[in-house]
This record gives sequence, C-alpha cells and structure tokens, in this order.
Amino acid sequence: MTENSQLAGQQSMESTELSDFRKGIIDWIKHNTPADPGFLLPQTFMEVGSEQVLDFLREWQYKVWSAGYLGMAWPKQYGGGGMPRLFQQIADEEMRRARVPICFNVIGLGWAGPLIIDTGTDVEKETYIKGILNAEDIWCQGFSEPNHGSDLGSIQTRAERDGDEYVINGSKIWTTLGNYAKYMILLARTDAQAERRYNGLSFFLAPMGANGISTSPIQKLTGEYGFTETFFTDARIPASCIMGEEGHGWRIAMHTLQYERGAEAGAAGGVSILSIVMDDLLKMAQDVERDGQPLLQDPITRDNLVKFLIEEQALYLGERRVGIPALCRDYPNSLALSGKLRGTEFFRRMRQYALTLQGAPGALYVGDDQAVDGGFWQRAYLNNFSTTIGGGTSQVQANIIGEHVLGLPKD
Amino acid sequence: MITRTANLDISFSDEQAMILDSAKVFCRDKSDITTVRSLLKSETGYQNDVWAEMIALGWTGLALPEQYGGSGMGLGATIPLVESMGRYLLCTPFITSTIAAQAILRGGTNQQKSRWLPSMVEGAVATMALLDNEDWGATQIRCTLTPKDGGFVLEGKKLQVNDAAVADIFLVLASSNGVPTLVVVEAKALPEGAISNNTLVDETKRAGNVNFSGVTIKADAILANAAEALQDVRLIGALLTASEATGTSAAALDTLVDYLTTRKQFGRLIGSYQALKHPTVDILLQMDSARTFIYHAATLISDAHLNKDTEIACRMAKAQATDALLFAGDRAVQFHGGMGFTYDCNAMLYIRRAQWAQHQYGDAQHHRKLLAPLLLD
Repeated sequence: MTENSQLAGQQSMESTELSDFRKGIIDWIKHNTPADPGFLLPQTFMEVGSEQVLDFLREWQYKVWSAGYLGMAWPKQYGGGGMPRLFQQIADEEMRRARVPICFNVIGLGWAGPLIIDTGTDVEKETYIKGILNAEDIWCQGFSEPNHGSDLGSIQTRAERDGDEYVINGSKIWTTLGNYAKYMILLARTDAQAERRYNGLSFFLAPMGANGISTSPIQKLTGEYGFTETFFTDARIPASCIMGEEGHGWRIAMHTLQYERGAEAGAAGGVSILSIVMDDLLKMAQDVERDGQPLLQDPITRDNLVKFLIEEQALYLGERRVGIPALCRDYPNSLALSGKLRGTEFFRRMRQYALTLQGAPGALYVGDDQAVDGGFWQRAYLNNFSTTIGGGTSQVQANIIGEHVLGLPKD
Repeated sequence: MITRTANLDISFSDEQAMILDSAKVFCRDKSDITTVRSLLKSETGYQNDVWAEMIALGWTGLALPEQYGGSGMGLGATIPLVESMGRYLLCTPFITSTIAAQAILRGGTNQQKSRWLPSMVEGAVATMALLDNEDWGATQIRCTLTPKDGGFVLEGKKLQVNDAAVADIFLVLASSNGVPTLVVVEAKALPEGAISNNTLVDETKRAGNVNFSGVTIKADAILANAAEALQDVRLIGALLTASEATGTSAAALDTLVDYLTTRKQFGRLIGSYQALKHPTVDILLQMDSARTFIYHAATLISDAHLNKDTEIACRMAKAQATDALLFAGDRAVQFHGGMGFTYDCNAMLYIRRAQWAQHQYGDAQHHRKLLAPLLLD
C-alpha cells in the first residue's frame, strides 16, 4: 500500500520514456510470472531449503536477467544493462507490487556485486559479475562466527599468508545458501596482534570449492534448511582473492552494508524479500469466519487490527520523517537507529497475531492441507526471528539506542 | 477485498522550524520546573505576563486568517508551539482558546467570525463547553436549547470546561430539538455562581463545571454550520491535546534519563540495568511515533472541513500520544523508586498530566473505535 501511494505520486511526474518502460515491465510480468509451483516459495533468500526450490529460483532469476530487468544499472560489458538506476527502481517497484518470486542470489546481487563494481579490478569484474546476475554462481557471506553473534570485532577465523596463498582456519555460522554457494565474501583475521580488534581483519572473495572448506546444514526452527555452518581446515585460497589491502576488512564489510538500501544504492535490483503487510492480515481476517461471520466484524479483533495499523503507519511515516532534519534534532539518530528494532518487532507480533486469528487451523503447519494458506503465516512467523535476532538482536538494538541516543550508561 | 491507500505525507516548513526553535526557547525560559510547581496551587494556573507576551508575539492569531487579524499560517503552525508547551508544562489558555476559535472559524457566518475572532487574536479567551456526559465519547447531549420570547434559552450543566474561570466566551454544545447546535455565550451573561471549579488530577490544568440553565441568547449567537464545525473541532481538540502530550512524554523521558544517569544503586548507575534501560528506550520509541503522527496531521490539516485522511491522522495521533504519555508517566514514577512515590519528584507532574490528557477529546480506545470503520470497512 505504501508502494502504491508512492507510485501514484511518481507516475504523475514520469516522462513518457519512463512510463513506457513501466508499461513494458508490467506487461512482461503478466506474461512471465511462473504458475504456482505447488510448494511454498520462500519469502527471503534465507529460506532456500531444497534443490527443488533452488532450481525454481535459479530459473526465475535467469529469466528476469535475460529479459533485461536485473542489473540494469550495472556495466554492459560485464552483463549489466548500462542504464540509469531509475529504470531498475521502477522495475523493482513493479515486481514487488506483482509479488513475483524473489531474486535469491542476494549476497551477490546486493553485497559482493556492487562492491566488485565499485572497487574491484577489471579481472574481478570479468570473473564474477555475469555469474552473479544469471544465478549461475551463487554467493554466500561469511561474517558471523559461532559464539560471537553479530560482534565482528571478535572474529577468530585466521587467514595466514603463505606464498601465493592464504591458509584459512576457523568456522563461520549462519551461512545462507552455504551448501549451494560457489563463492563466499569472507571476513578473516590476518593480523592477530593488531592493536585494535577491527584492524586485523581482511576481506576475501573465497572460492567455496577450495580444499579444506566444508559445510554442514543447520535445520531452522521452521524445520527447513537454508543456512549452514562452514568449516575451514587449512583451506588454501589464492592470495589474489583478497579485496583491498590486508587489515582493511572491517571497513570494506561496513561499506557493503550501504548497498542494502537497494538499486538506488548500487545493488543489482530484483525483489529480495516478499513483504507481508497489514493488508495481507486484513484479507485473512476477512476470509476467516466465526459462526458464519467474518472475523473482521468482531469488535475485539477490530481493535487489535487498528492497533497494528497505527503501528504500521507510524513505521512508514517515521521513515519519511527521517528525511526532515528539523524534526530529528531533539533525539539525534533516534529514528534512524530504531528502524530495525521497530520494523522487525512489529512484523514478529503481527505475524503471530495472524496465527491467533486463524482459530483452530492456526495449530496446523506446512504440509497439512487444512492449514490456512498452506501454512504461509506459520512459517512466516517463525522465520521472522531471523530478523529480530540476526544483525544484532532486538535487545542489542535497544542497548544501542539507550546508550547512543539517550546517553544511558553501558552495562 | 480491502483496498487501502495510506496517506504518508509529512512535511515541515522553514516557518514551522523557526516556530519550533523559538517556542522551545520561550517555553523553557518562562516555565522552568520551579515556576511550574509555584503555579500548582494558584487560582488561574498561569502567569498573566507570560500569556500577555504570547499574545504580543502574535501566537493567538497564528492559525486565524488575516482578515480577522491573524497571520493566516493555519493550524499546522501551532503544532510546534503546543508541543513545546507540553515539553515544559507551560500552561496558559492558549490551547483552549485555539480550539474554540476554530469552532467559530469553521461554523460561523462571516458576521459571526468578524464579531468574535479579532478579539480572540487580541487575547480574549474562548473555551469549548462540550461535555455534559460520562465521557467524551458519549453521543447523547443533555444540554438543551429551546425558543423563548423571540430568542432562545439554554438548560443544562457542562462539565470540565477548560479554563472556565477565565473564559470570556463559551461555545456551548446543546441539543435543539435533537439537532446538535453550537451557541456562543459571553461570560457576562452567566449568573453569579454558575461556574464551580473542578479539582483535577493534573494540578497544572484548570477546568470547571458551568451551569448554563436559564441563560438566554439571540439567534445570531447560534453558529450557522454546527455539524461540520463540531466534527472538525473534536478532531482539532484531539490533535492539539496529542501535540501537548507528545511534548510532555519527552519531558518525562528527559526527567527519567537524568535520574538513570546520576542515581547509583548496588555500586552502578541504575541506567546501566537493562530492566530499566529497555523500557526507557520504549518510551522514546512511543514518543517518537506520536511525534511522527502530530506532524503528519499538521501536514494534512487546513482551514477546509477535515477530510478522511486528516481524520485518520488526528485520531491516530491522539491514540498514540495518549498511550505514549500514560506509559512514560507510569514508568517515570516507578523507575524513580522511593523518590517516585513522593510529591517532590517531578514524575508526579507527568503521570498526573497523562491521566488528564487521555480523556481530553476522547481516549485511545475511543479513537481506535472510530478508526476501525475508516480503516477496515
């Protein structure tokens, strides 16, 4: 709904060229969106748990790229479209609106790819970019380690220079698509003696096929797979795999985070998350009945839904208020730093409420043909914990806001 | 199938930014906490010279058109003012009078507007006499207006009329043959003893019950378009109360953070304990959401009859701001420990304001109930 209203505003100002382009992609989506495959498609790239899903998504991403709707602003000579970023933004808007499947090679499209284009050598661009776009080469990310959560300063995995190679030892966890990936963006410690913990880290584009690298799948609380733990045992990778200089790893890792904002920030584009918004919950509340009446008519349900709608509206409006400096002076960075906490916690509670509204079928799960929407909400709620835990838990976020915005003392 | 298009407009003009900056300085200077406390037991609850200064600064005319002596900046310009007043608990009849002026602006004929609005720009105090029932959400109107001797006579008592003791003009909601009507009653028309002051939970505020029984008025004191004016004024009242409450939530937060960063217990600053830190962050988030809504509503509001999007914005603002302040005041008391239980602790001011503010122009549940058909059907 927010997208729709944004879109309406933009459309009125659009040039003929852009609106023709928009018409083109709307038409393409209409004729090329795959039919329901008969299994639940992932909402995020963290939910690719079977070969069947993988093959489906690979084929879809290839199709989007072949049609010219992915990597539109990336250089033509490496497989991109060489067009202004605005075109990709429009394509993304329309694909998101039509709820087409995701372009799942997210670490490549949104992290490694833009980084290589911005700072890589010609050889690196030649080697990696096309495979990222056409989904032939799947990428994963190796930042987090067991027992250290999102605290990158504590990274223990070692990379020691030995002639033309680095020798890697250690392990990484929460490697999304780790078992399917051909490359990993890897953060490892090259200098154990560095005075500041962050200075001893280096950034690598590591081939997952190297000897000494193995993965072990992690079963998620949904019962599905999607992550691995990745082990490095005297794994040797070419020294040329390093990005930038030794010791600059943390800086480069932080730099990659800015691409997360999407095509406007340099990412390849494509839909990376199928968002679930209040309209979806309202639709369900209208479909679910109690004693022959839609639940949407129940006064208590209505009050709860309105509370969620107020929260959702505050979330979207807050994103806009961030852009008005005069309204952000009082508690500097308050809105910017609280976005993740607000958003992820809102969606967690909202998705759980969907299960409550379903009544008895709310107890059913993916695989039961009586489950509402095939168990979509059940899986969505459980998977949502990846956002309230990953990237710094909500509790860590609250500490950051308390300490940085309010000036409360550290523990 | 439900199709909603949420309005996400939010903007803030340079003028508003300047008003916010100067209002904050003004309110901070005129209303330090010692001054606030010194006024708690006073008769009117405000300093005459501060009110006079606000009038001289042109604040009372900010939202009124130039033809009536105002500066024509619209209600949106008053939001940063009102928020700042809440932030420093600065009380004057400003909010009361700003709301009532809108009733005349929106419901009056040109003649009625010319008769009363210029005097209000110059500082005459007007107040809404709406409540004569158990709640702001009640729809029944007990006060009646009936024809008598070529004019009309009022019958009934109004409750919790804000700043009643200092009001020059009352805008009285009465039922005329079952039709809601707004009539203007001048204070001098009230008989001796018509006003009896309330003892409010919030000692910074003043209100009274006003008995209008037997007061006679002429036909030209009946607002021409009461129906739309009444709808608008209820939403405007909710928005201004929300704006003030948002400022007060920030004040409660600041007071609390001061304590958490100075008070030690078990050898540590208590703000380092996550059991206190995290709910305090939650106060910030709730306050910030309220702030987002009041400026969203300020962006949409105009002198025209309020449309659906503006209604949604005002109701969301009031629901969010009241709940935020209730939470902020409540936690501010609790987290001050033993101190929080005393009258000397300033958290007392905020928790009491919260109880008062939630009811003004309808509590959160009332607004959610009215939001439901706008959002769900």
